Amino acid sequence: MSFTSYEFILAVAAVLVIYYSIPKRFQWMFLLGASYVLYFSAGPSYLIFISITTLVTYLCARKISSLSKEKTAYLKENKATLDREAKKTYKEGVKKKQRLFLWGALFVDLGLLIGIKYTNFIIENINGIITSVSNMEPISYLDIIMPLGISFYTFQTVGYLVDVYNEKYEAQNNYGKFALFVGFFPQLSQGPISRYNDLSQTLYAEHRFDAKVVSFGLQRILWGYFKKLVIADRVLIGLKTLLAAPEDYPGIYFFVAMMFYAIQLYADFTGGIDITIGIAETMGIKVTENFHRPYFSKNIKEYWNRWHMTMGSWFTDYIFYPISVSGFMLKLSKKARKVLGENIGKRVPVYLATILVWFTTGIWHGASWNFIVWGLANCVVILISQELSPLYTKFHNRFDVEGKLWYKTFCVIRTILLMSALRMFDCYRDVTVTVKMFFSMFTTWNISALWDGSMLALGLNGTDYLIILFGVVLIFVVSMLQRKKQVRERILELPYPVRAAIWLALFVVVLLAGAYGQGYDESSFIYNQF
Amino acid sequence: MKKVLQKIVPTIVVVVLVLAFLQELLIPKYMTDIIEGAMIEEYYDSEKNHDVLFLGDCEVYENISPCRLWEKYGISSYVRGSAQQLIWQSYYLLEDTLQYETPEVVVFNIMSLMHAGPENEAYNRMTIDGMRWSSAKWNSIQASMTEDENALDYVFPILRYHTRWSELTSEDFTYLFHKDPVTFEGYYLRVDVRPVTHIPEPKRLANYQFADYPMEYLDKMRELCDKKGIELVFVKAPSLFPHWYDEWEAQVDAYAEKYDITYYNFLELAEEIGIDYTTDTYDAGMHMNLSGAEKMSDYIGAKLLEEHGIKDHRNDEAYVSVWEPKVEAYKKAIEDAIAEEAAKKQ
Amino acid sequence: MNELLEILTDLHPEVDFETEEHLIDSAILDSFDIITIISEIADTFDVVVPAKEIIPENFNSAEALWAMIERLEDGE
Repeated sequence: MSFTSYEFILAVAAVLVIYYSIPKRFQWMFLLGASYVLYFSAGPSYLIFISITTLVTYLCARKISSLSKEKTAYLKENKATLDREAKKTYKEGVKKKQRLFLWGALFVDLGLLIGIKYTNFIIENINGIITSVSNMEPISYLDIIMPLGISFYTFQTVGYLVDVYNEKYEAQNNYGKFALFVGFFPQLSQGPISRYNDLSQTLYAEHRFDAKVVSFGLQRILWGYFKKLVIADRVLIGLKTLLAAPEDYPGIYFFVAMMFYAIQLYADFTGGIDITIGIAETMGIKVTENFHRPYFSKNIKEYWNRWHMTMGSWFTDYIFYPISVSGFMLKLSKKARKVLGENIGKRVPVYLATILVWFTTGIWHGASWNFIVWGLANCVVILISQELSPLYTKFHNRFDVEGKLWYKTFCVIRTILLMSALRMFDCYRDVTVTVKMFFSMFTTWNISALWDGSMLALGLNGTDYLIILFGVVLIFVVSMLQRKKQVRERILELPYPVRAAIWLALFVVVLLAGAYGQGYDESSFIYNQF
Repeated sequence: MKKVLQKIVPTIVVVVLVLAFLQELLIPKYMTDIIEGAMIEEYYDSEKNHDVLFLGDCEVYENISPCRLWEKYGISSYVRGSAQQLIWQSYYLLEDTLQYETPEVVVFNIMSLMHAGPENEAYNRMTIDGMRWSSAKWNSIQASMTEDENALDYVFPILRYHTRWSELTSEDFTYLFHKDPVTFEGYYLRVDVRPVTHIPEPKRLANYQFADYPMEYLDKMRELCDKKGIELVFVKAPSLFPHWYDEWEAQVDAYAEKYDITYYNFLELAEEIGIDYTTDTYDAGMHMNLSGAEKMSDYIGAKLLEEHGIKDHRNDEAYVSVWEPKVEAYKKAIEDAIAEEAAKKQ
Repeated sequence: MNELLEILTDLHPEVDFETEEHLIDSAILDSFDIITIISEIADTFDVVVPAKEIIPENFNSAEALWAMIERLEDGE
C-alpha cells in the first residue's frame, strides 16, 4: 500500500467517490470495508494479525469498561452502608480484575508486535553470544513478514486500553467501529498514532459533501505528493549512492549525506503525513497533526515536541509518566536521595524513565542496535542540555541574546545539525561505520568535492539540484507563512482563476518533476541498436 | 448550481487542455533519430485498400517495399512493422488492422517466435504507443508489459514521459501537432552499404524449442486469418544474424506443413534471388538496404501474383490515383538518399 | 497551597504561579518538571499522584494542582 503507486491513488479516488455517494449512515462501514480490502491487497496474511489485535483489545476493553460501570453503580447504591475502608477494599478488588484484562490484552497486542518485530533481533544477539563463548550451533532465524503498520496500530490499541482502564473514556461497544479505529487505512503505512478519544470524534460521524473541506483535503494531499515525489524521492537517489559505499564518500560527503537525509526524511515523512491527513480530511475526518515545523526548534527537546508528535506524546503518556510516578520509582527516589543526596537523588526517577523511553523509542524504530544507539544518543543530548540549563539561563541573562533573531537562527541551525548527525545512525544502519564516518569529517579534507563536479556524479544532475533547492525554499516559505495563517486559507482569499492556477501549477510540477514511474532510475530513454 | 457549473466546467476544460498539451509535447516524436517509433501510427493515414499486409519486426520493414510491389506488379500492400515487434504485438496489430480493412494475404515474418515473453519496455512503447485506442491496443499492452510496467503509463503516456521536460528539443515543438511520414507504406528506406565481413559464431542454446507463449499467438493469428478468410504466409528474412537455428527451421516447417501454410525462407532463397551480401545490406548482414529489399520484393511479388491470387491493379484508376504519387515520392526519396550517400563519401 | 506555590516557584522562579493558568498549554512546565512536582507532592503532602491524573487540566495552574491534591487526599 505505497502512497506513490498508481493503484493507491486510484483506490483513494474510488473510495472518495463512493464515500459521498452512499447513504451517510453507511459511510463508516464502507470505510472499514475499504480499509480491510486495501490492507488485504497489501498482504493477505496481515489481516489475521490485525484481526487478533482488534478482537482481543475490543473484548478486554469492553470488560474493563463494564467493570468500571458496575463499580460506579455499586458504590452509588451502597453509598450509605459502606464505610471508607470497605469502599477502598471493594475498589481494589475491581481494579485487580480490571488489571487482569488490561495485562492480558497488552500481553497479546505487544506480544504479537514483539514476537514479529524482535524475534530475529533477539536470536541474532543470542547467536552473537553463544558463538563467541562456545562452539554451539547458532539458532536459525525465523521467516517472519512484518504486517504493514503493526507498530502504529499496536500503539493505538495500547493507548486505548490504558485510557479505558484509567476511565478516561468508555470502551467502544460497536466492534465494527472499533475495528475501523484500529485499521483506518490512511494511517496504516506511516501513522500517525491516533488517540481514540481524538479520532473517534469525526471517524464515525456522517459527513455531507462540502466542496471546501474536500478541496482542502485534496490540496493537502497534493502538497504531500510534492514533498514526497519531487523532493524526497529525488534526494533519495543521491543519498543511496552515498550510503551504498560509505568508504568511498568520507569527509565532506558525510556532511552532504547528513543534509540529504535531513531533507529526504523530512520531505518523505511530513509528505506522507500530509497525504494521510489530507485523505482523511477529504472525508471530513480529522487526524491529529504529527509535525509542528520541527526544523524551527531551538533545542532537541523542543524538536522532539514538534517532530513525530503523536509518537513522542505516546511515549510520554504511556511510558514516561507511568514509570516515573510508579510506586517503585517513588521508593527508589526516596532511597536515592538518602544515599546520593538531595540533588542527585531526585533526578533518579526522571533519568531512569527518560533512558527507558529513549531505549524503547530507538528499538521501536527498528530492531537493530543502530536504532538503540540512536535513541540513547538522543537521550544523552537531552539529559546533558537539561543539566546545562542553569548555565544557559546565566548566559542568556548576562548577554541578553534570547529573543534576538541571530541567536534564534543560531540555535535552530545548531539543532538541525545535531539532529542530522545523530540520525546518521539509522542511515548507515551500522554503529561503527557511522562513528567512523562522522570522524572522517574532521580528518578527511575534501571540501572541494562540493564544487569540482563530484556532486554531479551521485546520480543527480544540475536540474535535480535546482529542483531540490526550489523545493526546499518553497517548503521554507510555506512554513514561514503558515505561522500566522494556513496557506490554504490564504490562497482561498485570492480570486478564483488565480488560486485555480496555483493548484494546477503545483499539480503540473508534481506530474513532471516527480521522481516516479517507469525507468526513472535510468538516466534517459536509451535504445539499443536494433 | 448554475454558478458552480460556470466555475467547474471552464476549470475542467482548462485542466484537460493543459494536460493534453503537455502530454503531446512530452511524447517522443521519433522524427529524426529513432524513426522506428513513428511507424505504427502512420498506417492510419494510408488509404485502406490493401490486398497484402506484412507483419513483423525489422526483418519486414527493412526488407519489403510496397512501392516496388506496386510499380512492378500492381500489388496494393502495407507493412505494419516495428522494431522488435513481438508476436503478440503482431497479432494485435492484425486485429487492429482488421477494424479498417480485410486484406487477402497476411505475410508474417516468423523471427519473433524466438522471444519467449515480454522483454524490453522501450520497444514495447515504440510498437504500442502509436496504435489507436481499441481493445486490440489494450490487449497488446496486457500481453507485452514487462514486470515493472503499468498499464496506466500507456493510458496516460505523460506518466511515462514526464521526465522529458528537461530534454525537450526543437523537434518536440516542430512536430507537436503534425508528423512527417518516415516510411513508404511501412518500408524504411536505406541506401547505404556495409558489406558482410564476418558472421558471428552462433551461440549454443539451452533449449531450441519455441516457448508456449509465442506459439499460442501463432495459433491465434492462424485462427483469426482462417475466420476472416485471409491466407496466412510465413517468411524468414535473409538476415545472417541473429542466427536462425536449424532446430527452429524444423519447427516452423512442421507447423507450416501441418496447417498447409506457405513458408518462404529467404536465407535459403538468397542465392536464387541474387542477394549479394557485399552490396545488399547496410549493417553487415542484419538488415537489407534498398537493393536487397527490392530483390526480395521482386521475388515475393511474383509469388503473390502467381500462387496466392493477388490482383494487379495497375489498370484500376481508383488504385492508380492513390499509388502514383506515392511511387513518385518514393523514387524522389531514393534519388535524394543516393545523392546524400554520395556526398557523404566525398 | 503556600507549600505548593513554594515547590513551583523553586522550579521556575520566573513564573507567577498565582495568576498563570496555562502552565501546560503554553509549555511552561515540561515532562521533567511534572515528575519533579509529583515527587515533591508525594514528599510534602504524602499524596501519590497516579499517571492517569497527569492531564493538562490538572497541571495548567497552581489552583488546579491544589484541587487535585485535595481530591486525592480525600481518597476519591
